[in-house]
Amino acid sequence: MKVIEVNKENFEDEVLNSDIKVLADFNANWCGPCQMLKPIIEEVALENDNVKIVSINIDDEDLLAEKYNVSSIPCLVLFEQGKETKRSVGLISKDDINTLIGD
Amino acid sequence: MYDIIVIGAGPAGLTAAIYARRASKNVLVLEAKSYGGQIINTLDIENYPVEEHISGFDFATKLYNQAKNLGAEIKFEKVVDINNQDNEKEVITTKNTYKTKAIIIATGSENRKLGISNEDELVGKGISYCATCDGAFYKKKTVAVVGGGNTALEDALYLSGIVEKVYLIHRRDEFRGSESTVNLLKEKNNVEFIYNSNVTKLNSNEKLESIVVTDKEGIESTIKVDGLFVAVGRIPENQNFGKIINLDNSGYIISDEKCNTNVEGIFVAGDNRTKEVRQLVTATSDGAVAATAAIKYINEKK
Repeated sequence: MKVIEVNKENFEDEVLNSDIKVLADFNANWCGPCQMLKPIIEEVALENDNVKIVSINIDDEDLLAEKYNVSSIPCLVLFEQGKETKRSVGLISKDDINTLIGD
Repeated sequence: MYDIIVIGAGPAGLTAAIYARRASKNVLVLEAKSYGGQIINTLDIENYPVEEHISGFDFATKLYNQAKNLGAEIKFEKVVDINNQDNEKEVITTKNTYKTKAIIIATGSENRKLGISNEDELVGKGISYCATCDGAFYKKKTVAVVGGGNTALEDALYLSGIVEKVYLIHRRDEFRGSESTVNLLKEKNNVEFIYNSNVTKLNSNEKLESIVVTDKEGIESTIKVDGLFVAVGRIPENQNFGKIINLDNSGYIISDEKCNTNVEGIFVAGDNRTKEVRQLVTATSDGAVAATAAIKYINEKK
């Protein structure tokens, strides 16, 4: 699947009400490690059908960032059935992202 | 069998790969995370010759593409060990074992932690090692920066333009970093200096709420902060090589401007070797020197 851009309007639909688990990538354009993570995330998204990967720009979506206590980026949050189950902060490898997502 | 295996795809390692490819050597670059190394945290590079301004991300991506387009093979695997037999060397990753004639170790360094309890748990919940990444989350809030080098000073200066108040905590009474930055900081009315003190405790409830600072007399004071930016230096990532490569007391690979190590055919490039100046331009320069030495070593072995 492709990475989906999410904002406060479609967050509930795309993330909280998703049938499959969702990995949310909180990022910003000015953050170097986020830029590095982007192509890795896109690769993981294309290779995995059991997870939906969404990108959230924290400058545009500061309320979402605040709501989920994101204070360091890049920040990956895994949602399952609308609830946060795992979180990882900082640039991580593709293998680590796959571990985070799980089976 | 590869001619040269480069460990680390930062500026030193990728430059080494470029030089090796231009000498028609087959080269594999192994990287644990993603290419670029620590330069990707820099918003704007202003001291690299030719480009007046370039972001660390753009610099790293151009360098990566240059190495790839010249035919360097790049794999994302973490190296855990190296072995040296006379005519061939082995590089062992978490996934594979590779044979090679020469090795260039260009693993760079990672952030030094404070080493106090709860530090890891609070990363992303108040603790940060990257002011330019995370400063924006602390608009109109109170933060502390701990450290005494240029990174700490520049972090404090950057944050002072965003946040309500910055405490700059340093264990000595003088800064190692640039005097001009110290002077700029002294002119800021929202920066408070705390000298001769260490951060000794992190108080949290879900996220960081305050820090305890202990001065050299042992007197503790609690400071309410929303964020703590740690800039207490870096440690070389040489832990996996100490078995056969000589390291100094701080963990740097003992070397000089020739980029040799104590083992023939194993070279070192970049921030993880003993050197005076650790800058982007000296990292790329090391890459060229180490690759040239490795090429010479291979050619003479024939």
